[in-house]
Amino acid sequence: MATQAAPGAGTRLFHPHFEGHDQISARTLGFWLYMLSDALLFTGLFLAYAVLNNPMGAAGGPIATQIVNPVEGMWQTYAVLGSVAAYSLATVALKKGSMVGVMAGIVISILLALVFLGYEVHDLMGLMAQGHGPDSSGFLSAFFVLIATHGLHMVFGILWMIVMLVQIPTLGFSPNVVARLLNLRMFWQFQATVWVLVYVYVYMIGAF
Amino acid sequence: MQVAIQGPWSPLLGRLTLSAIPYTNPILVGTFAVAALIALVVAGAVLYYKKLGYLWREWLTTVDHKKIGVMYIIVGLVMFFRAFVDGLMMRTQQAMAIGPHSPGVLGAQHGYLPPFHFDQVYSAHGTIMILFAATPLLTGLTNVVVPLQIGARDMAFPYMNALSLWLTTAGAILVMLSLFVGDFSSAGWVGLIPLTELPYSPGVGVDYWMWAIQISSIGTTLNAINMIVTIIKMRAPGMGWFRVPVFTWTTLSTNIIGLTAFPILGVVLALLGADRYLGTHFFTAGNGGNLMLYTNMFWIWGHPEVYFLVLPAFGIFSEIIPTFSEKPLFGYTTMVAATFAIAGISWAVWLHHFFTMGAGADVNGFFSIATMLVGIPTGVKVFNWMFTLYRGRLTFTTPMLWALAGLFLLLVGGITGMMLAIPAINYTVHNSVFVIAHFHCMVLLVAAAIFAGVVYWFPKVFGFQLDEKNGLMFFWSFITATAIVFTAMFALGFQGETRRLDYIFNPAWRPMLWTEEAGMMLYLVSIFYFLRMLYVSLRDRVPVASDPWGTARTLEFLTHSPVPFYNFAVTPQVNARDELAWRREHGLDKAQPEAFEPIHMPSNTGVPIIIGMLSLTLGFGLIWRIWWMAGFSLLAIIIAVIIRSFDKNLGYELKPEEVAAMERNLATASIIAEQPARTPLTEAEAH
Repeated sequence: MATQAAPGAGTRLFHPHFEGHDQISARTLGFWLYMLSDALLFTGLFLAYAVLNNPMGAAGGPIATQIVNPVEGMWQTYAVLGSVAAYSLATVALKKGSMVGVMAGIVISILLALVFLGYEVHDLMGLMAQGHGPDSSGFLSAFFVLIATHGLHMVFGILWMIVMLVQIPTLGFSPNVVARLLNLRMFWQFQATVWVLVYVYVYMIGAF
Repeated sequence: MQVAIQGPWSPLLGRLTLSAIPYTNPILVGTFAVAALIALVVAGAVLYYKKLGYLWREWLTTVDHKKIGVMYIIVGLVMFFRAFVDGLMMRTQQAMAIGPHSPGVLGAQHGYLPPFHFDQVYSAHGTIMILFAATPLLTGLTNVVVPLQIGARDMAFPYMNALSLWLTTAGAILVMLSLFVGDFSSAGWVGLIPLTELPYSPGVGVDYWMWAIQISSIGTTLNAINMIVTIIKMRAPGMGWFRVPVFTWTTLSTNIIGLTAFPILGVVLALLGADRYLGTHFFTAGNGGNLMLYTNMFWIWGHPEVYFLVLPAFGIFSEIIPTFSEKPLFGYTTMVAATFAIAGISWAVWLHHFFTMGAGADVNGFFSIATMLVGIPTGVKVFNWMFTLYRGRLTFTTPMLWALAGLFLLLVGGITGMMLAIPAINYTVHNSVFVIAHFHCMVLLVAAAIFAGVVYWFPKVFGFQLDEKNGLMFFWSFITATAIVFTAMFALGFQGETRRLDYIFNPAWRPMLWTEEAGMMLYLVSIFYFLRMLYVSLRDRVPVASDPWGTARTLEFLTHSPVPFYNFAVTPQVNARDELAWRREHGLDKAQPEAFEPIHMPSNTGVPIIIGMLSLTLGFGLIWRIWWMAGFSLLAIIIAVIIRSFDKNLGYELKPEEVAAMERNLATASIIAEQPARTPLTEAEAH
């Protein structure tokens, strides 16, 4: 067996000054794994939605075709994609080391995310005003919880961005801050991807 | 949106009233007295020996993977004992409440437990054994062993590791709290739906069950991320993938399962929570709720969870059997492939938990065949272990005996599992105690592996061996008890006894039920020997060499016993699959590094335990609907995370002279030794 070669003159038994691991790459891998678990969380919600989106799950109330508006959802999609684009421009500025550029990108990203959330809250409040709240049928429960869980992810992303807006001027571009900015970029693109899936599955396919 | 609840509610205390304290129940009052006495003795001892500061600095705020692992194991053992007592109570009730003329005491018509209390006991038994005993015990073992086995200084994220521990502990405390404040779920550990819905379980029991699992499962998910990154990123130089020890391989596969399965559990419990708190209709009986959606989603987590438990157990066997056969593991590559095959198939078998759902022949056929496929890689593993034993130089130490007993349990549990995989048989024995006996063989195999692992690695961590004589008595009494209880249970299953009975209507089952009770008494004897083993070993503390067994093969036995808190003074270079065995073969096992170097270590932090305890109050606030408490806790957790992100602590550095001094006097570096305060590195020193 190749792995059982006898020791020779060049055999090392210890490896002094071995760095162990590269901090940032371990953190990035860890964050990817977190997103995998988060993606599975959404898988569970999509599963519940798919099972409940039918007249039986709606229990006499509306199903997706009757309540979703793909046109309005399109504006939301533009907002969320614009927010991701703004954040991407922030990371371009990060490459150039421009603090102002990074912070401006993040502020625009937050504003567009707030536009998205405004649409969403308006949308959900409207449904509730019509008597189609999450407590009226299995389908509406799944609809509200799926949409709101994505919205909650955005709220946490915005909170994270606000913290970064404080950390960039106070801590500067330290390794920790840069790692956080890069992980936040992944998180922000992840939530946008989830939204696109929600838009395609709930708003576009659901409308027909 | 918020659901109306029965009974009183006040803004300050939520649903909590004096009647939630079960002071009229003599069993719970007695339990409380014993628990309070133990707590007083422990607290008194800590204060008397002035160890409070030590406890806080060295244990509660630690980020050392070995201490965290040991604390996981302590939590697991305490919960294991609690759940065993639940099991004993169930067996005793069934031994007493046989036939219409059986007497009743303590307010029960038959036996001594009224149905509502009995239901809570079996729900707690299952929940605790799976999630708060087996899971923390295995997580603890992997926490201690894996970084050592791959030659790393610590886990990839030491801070997150401590956080995982305290989240799991918070969940465990919630389960224990349900004994004395309110009550626990009476809807089974699987949360039988729609019984867990608010109209049918209006109390706080289901909320206790739900939030305890939810909080601890976040801890398990974080730990899974940590383990995967550690194994991928932090292996010692020279340790390519095919030199990774099998226990580390199984830990990797098990944590991939953990990472992918636990979010589904989180979702299904959150949706149930939405039903109970916000009035949604995911799983309600009516208004479009879908009961089988719950059952499917629960078992989509539930079945991978079974392999989450059993794979590390297989890994422990794969370490112990070669060590005590003095041979390399037979079929290393197939062992690794079989591990991942089992992990992969674990995703396609969940429906065999409810063949009787009525999904039809095609669906049942698919899941039946998928379930039988599990037998192939498992068979590969069993034959690999057998061929490792074949013509080996066997030493029957306690870890080896536990491992061999585990193989017998695997045989019985596996073959009955194959029987249950056939839908026709499954329909016949569905919900009978035959199923219970089957899966207890499997989880007791996990328990056997845990005891094997604890005995095997204990001297590595503490520097002295567990007493073999009492260990053997513990082993034989435990295994004999297992054989007695579950042989009788298999028989009762074939005779048609269904599970979860608080009253036995058929007196013909009496002999077998009494046999089971006798087995439970023998388990009590085994607990006595376990405690005696601990006592004798702690009293004698016979020091051991770095490899206490003399024939160990893997890297963790290369460093000293007790293992210094920095693990390896100098990172070893890996040259072979069984590195230590290879070095011993070539006379290199005593080689020491030529010079020491500075070691960079993370500083301890109190943030994880604070977040853990805040999640405990968050859970408590949610369970009793004390909204201010829940809101405050959640806010405080978010603030704690943000404050921590501003922390500039860069860890500290051990000077080479310090390392050299500690290598000469290992007692000063062991995990029980108190370390002097060390100043964190400054920004300039770190670069």
